Amino acid sequence: MNSLYYQKKLSRNVGDKFFTSLSVFCALIAILPLIFVVTYILIKGGAQITPELFTLEPNPPGDDLDAGGINPALIGTLVITTIASIISIPVGVGGGIYLAEYSNGGPFSKFIRFGVNVLAGVPSIIAGVFIYALIVSTKILFGSMYSGFAGGMALSILMLPTVIKTTDEGLKLVPNELRYASLGIGASMYTTILKITLPTAFRSIATGVVLGIARAAGETAPLIFTALFSYYYIVGFEDLFYEMGSLAVLIYNFALEPYDAQNKLAWAASFILVISILTVNIFSRIFAVFTEKTKRV
Amino acid sequence: MEEKLTLFKNRKRFGIEKNIDLIFKNTTLALSSLVAIVLFGIILVVFFQSFESFSRYGLNFLVTSEWNPVKDEYGAFTAIYGTLVTSLLSLLITIPLGVGTAIFITEDFVPKFVREIVGSFVELLAAIPSVVLGLWAIFVMEPFFREFFVFLHKFFGWIPLFSSEPAGRNSLLAIIILVVMLLPIVTSIARDSLNQVPKKLRNASYGIGASRWKTIFSVILPAALSGIMAGVLLALGRAMGETMAVTMIIGNSNVFSWSLLSPGYTISSMLANQFGEADGSQVSSLFYAAFVLMILSLVVNIFAQWLVKKFSLKY
Repeated sequence: MNSLYYQKKLSRNVGDKFFTSLSVFCALIAILPLIFVVTYILIKGGAQITPELFTLEPNPPGDDLDAGGINPALIGTLVITTIASIISIPVGVGGGIYLAEYSNGGPFSKFIRFGVNVLAGVPSIIAGVFIYALIVSTKILFGSMYSGFAGGMALSILMLPTVIKTTDEGLKLVPNELRYASLGIGASMYTTILKITLPTAFRSIATGVVLGIARAAGETAPLIFTALFSYYYIVGFEDLFYEMGSLAVLIYNFALEPYDAQNKLAWAASFILVISILTVNIFSRIFAVFTEKTKRV
Repeated sequence: MEEKLTLFKNRKRFGIEKNIDLIFKNTTLALSSLVAIVLFGIILVVFFQSFESFSRYGLNFLVTSEWNPVKDEYGAFTAIYGTLVTSLLSLLITIPLGVGTAIFITEDFVPKFVREIVGSFVELLAAIPSVVLGLWAIFVMEPFFREFFVFLHKFFGWIPLFSSEPAGRNSLLAIIILVVMLLPIVTSIARDSLNQVPKKLRNASYGIGASRWKTIFSVILPAALSGIMAGVLLALGRAMGETMAVTMIIGNSNVFSWSLLSPGYTISSMLANQFGEADGSQVSSLFYAAFVLMILSLVVNIFAQWLVKKFSLKY
């Protein structure tokens, strides 16, 4: 009769308990890093946030009293990611359109999809090395060496696979009936794509692309020897072809300085970078859940 | 009415519309080909730039550890060893941790919203830029582990891996920060493959009286193994190419040492440190090192993709 009840001391039940607690333990360890990192950034970085931070140039290390602000790096990050987006979004969306709409699963599209995955796995520093060899060392861009433009090119290589993948997958989710209906009333292929399928998939593509941009904004490795770093304000168009600072490289350079003032500036820059990246991520998550719910109705 | 119908019947696409259609198609074709061009471009450019160093040192470059710009002698053994050791050891720690977390998320030990929160926390961790993790590692993690490393050296110093006095920045710290970076990759891919295991397998196992963990170990995990393996390989590729956090915390020393408590080097941190200031044959040697790194990560990635393709349709 007793055997019908749950027996705590049975070896299978003891074993199950043990492994369950092990799994819970793993999950606890897994969420700790995010909590610790975000807390420290909020505390250490949040304390440094002042209006001057956004308007001043950083002072060269050595003067321990006043580190200045991060204005050039902030604008530089915006400029470099904009350049990367201008290059990679049209190329990526166009390539994704071909894969999803025109290709019929033949060897070419298989090869390109494979290439996209391989390119996504190329270490980010290799993208920097490539652009260094192609643009920086050859001075091909009007004789300028390190430049914000070269940095943007390097980042665009990292964004390209993300954009193609999200476009490809977003377009594949569009039901075929929409395409048939459009082609059936006499629209040409490109009208169908531009007026029907692309707008239908716009939400999912936009979410993916925005996440890709957020990811690129935090990338450092491709920038350290393409865009380099600059302490000076970005004032005009021609600054694109000179060294350009960015938040990510500022954090890298100033974290390794022995001076406290520069370290604080690195924390402040991390605060701004992490808050904006997390905001984008959390919003796109909420947005995705919201879209799914409205679709079901 | 009749007239209108014939009009409709005879309507033909204008030449210009056809041309636009064709141009559009070929433009997208060209844009998608650009991926292949960029990929081959990267491989070719890095290879040709490393040619000078390649022809001078040959494969000796891979096994000597002299790196002396003054004497013009280059060998990348320390960096290659560092890359392999940090990535493999960090993976070794991440696999049980990540798979355990993935099991926690896919099983029903706790209510669904708790699991969802854990899942999104781990995924958000992937969004933190590596340079920020490096900053955190320098100022928060390193002081936290300092005492522990002293303890490790005192009591386990007889193991070659812990045989040196703990340095302020060392390979073990790099391994720990790599675990933090790999955890989201392994967890999310393991979770996806565990979710894809059909429910009927689980029910069948419960039906013949297996306990929950017997089912997990004998049915669910083997069924999801190929997906998890692919995720692990992707994480390995990421670990080998990871640059910023590792560069900031590994100490960047080209002196070879077995000990994880002494400063080390990886290929990517060598590139990050030296590329900006290098000239002459040092540049070529750095390109050679970059080429080695690229081949390593390409092989791992292609193998991962092959694994996914080969086993993904099993169930």
